[in-house]
Amino acid sequence: MKFTSVFDIIGPVMIGPSSSHTAGAARIGRVARDLFGRQPKWAKIYLYGSFAETYKGHGTDVAIIGGLLDYDTYDERIKTAFKEAADAGLTFEFITETDHTDHPNTARIVIGDDQMEMSMVGISIGGGAIEITELNGFPLRLSGGMPAILVVHDDRAGCIANVANCLAKHNINIGHMEVSRKERGNVALMVIEVDQNIDYSILGEIELLPNITKVTRIKS
Amino acid sequence: MDVLFRNVRELVERAEKENKQISEIMIEQEILMSERSRDEIMQQMSRNLTVMEEAVEKGLKGVRSVTGLTGGDAPLLQKYIQSGKSLSGDLLLDAVSKAVATNEVNAAMGTICATPTAGSAGVVPGTLFAVKNKLKPTKEQMIRYLFTAGAFGFVVANNASISGAAGGCQAEVGSAAAMAAASIVEMAGGTPSQCSHAFAISLKNMLGLVCDPVAGLVEVPCVKRNAMGAANAMVAADMALAGITSRIPTDEVIGAMFRIGQTMPVALKETAQGGLAATPTGRALEAKIFGGAVLHRD
Repeated sequence: MKFTSVFDIIGPVMIGPSSSHTAGAARIGRVARDLFGRQPKWAKIYLYGSFAETYKGHGTDVAIIGGLLDYDTYDERIKTAFKEAADAGLTFEFITETDHTDHPNTARIVIGDDQMEMSMVGISIGGGAIEITELNGFPLRLSGGMPAILVVHDDRAGCIANVANCLAKHNINIGHMEVSRKERGNVALMVIEVDQNIDYSILGEIELLPNITKVTRIKS
Repeated sequence: MDVLFRNVRELVERAEKENKQISEIMIEQEILMSERSRDEIMQQMSRNLTVMEEAVEKGLKGVRSVTGLTGGDAPLLQKYIQSGKSLSGDLLLDAVSKAVATNEVNAAMGTICATPTAGSAGVVPGTLFAVKNKLKPTKEQMIRYLFTAGAFGFVVANNASISGAAGGCQAEVGSAAAMAAASIVEMAGGTPSQCSHAFAISLKNMLGLVCDPVAGLVEVPCVKRNAMGAANAMVAADMALAGITSRIPTDEVIGAMFRIGQTMPVALKETAQGGLAATPTGRALEAKIFGGAVLHRD
């Protein structure tokens, strides 16, 4: 079943005009902010397909910036997000691309500050639902609807077991898990969808495990 | 996963066997699937109801979209109703004006509740806040109106589609109208079976409706499609309450809608390539809004 809740049908509460081009765009921006872990100082947003063609009329641009400022789909400040971004010290640039992508509503968000940079690709698949398809060059498939943790680690034996053990210790159930790597023995990424939002203290605990580089999370 | 219903037949059978309303079956299923309490679920729907009411009120005062393509029609209709000259009836036009109000607020980047999508968000609240004046429901009955709509929408979303890009406008405003028709019937005291017939009668008259928004924006013709969706819902509800039944079973109507959506040309599924979007005026508006630099995917 694609839809499991009555609130998928009667909802979400959102700023108009489009569930895919506005609410979905805000959610993509917010997941990027969540994964970055704090408010970025700058953002470059590349829009593809229908996003590139109609972003102005749908407020896709202000919605993504609103998401980067951690606003939910119904936050009235989405409308004035450009001004809010200036006040919050976030500079940004929108670039429309003509390349063909698998999904018509695709955005690549590159964000950073003085210390780090992150690149993420999100798609808006309808009714406000989204998927994250790429993070820092790693292909992945992640819905924004479930809480998840993302673990960047060295591609070594035992990493996955250590992380799973840590989650088990805290009685956290894993709903879905995927591991991808760019090349053998190099950097790898674990994507773990879980049943409840994970506390930052647990993320810190995982980060201290051997061969773990970085841990981020997505709230539901 | 355990569900109480997968199609409208199971939904109606369960409601009638247990002597419950459709809304009650939806609430029970939500409790089962989300593992949340009845209170939490009712409160969340109550918040959605508040958002809908505020959007209607805002739209009736008059709003305008960023592009200027839509806005201001809801107060025009209210003024017309007050003139006492309405031909199709005050209640029907009230529903239409409130559906328009919601979608004008949506187009103006106001806050709305997607039902089932943002583009079709006017029909369910529009009809609700109009029939409210006649049926004088309790707050709980108004919340139940949304669960009934949600129950039918749930079946459509899982067995067909509620996305214009996948199924055309019949999947969005068509689904919304049929959902609203079923909800009106329940609020008016009709049986679960009559709810189902109202849904089928409404959706049958939305089959084939294409999604052809000018410039790809949720404005033209979306606002007026919500108006007619509300009118369709009201009439379908009255027909079912009068005892008229759909000869084609509801689930088969939903199946027909799905297959029509699959065979509908891509140009007519939210791509702004065909239909009204491709008319000379549609193209001219598009060029004006986007400064002429419009790309078209083929």
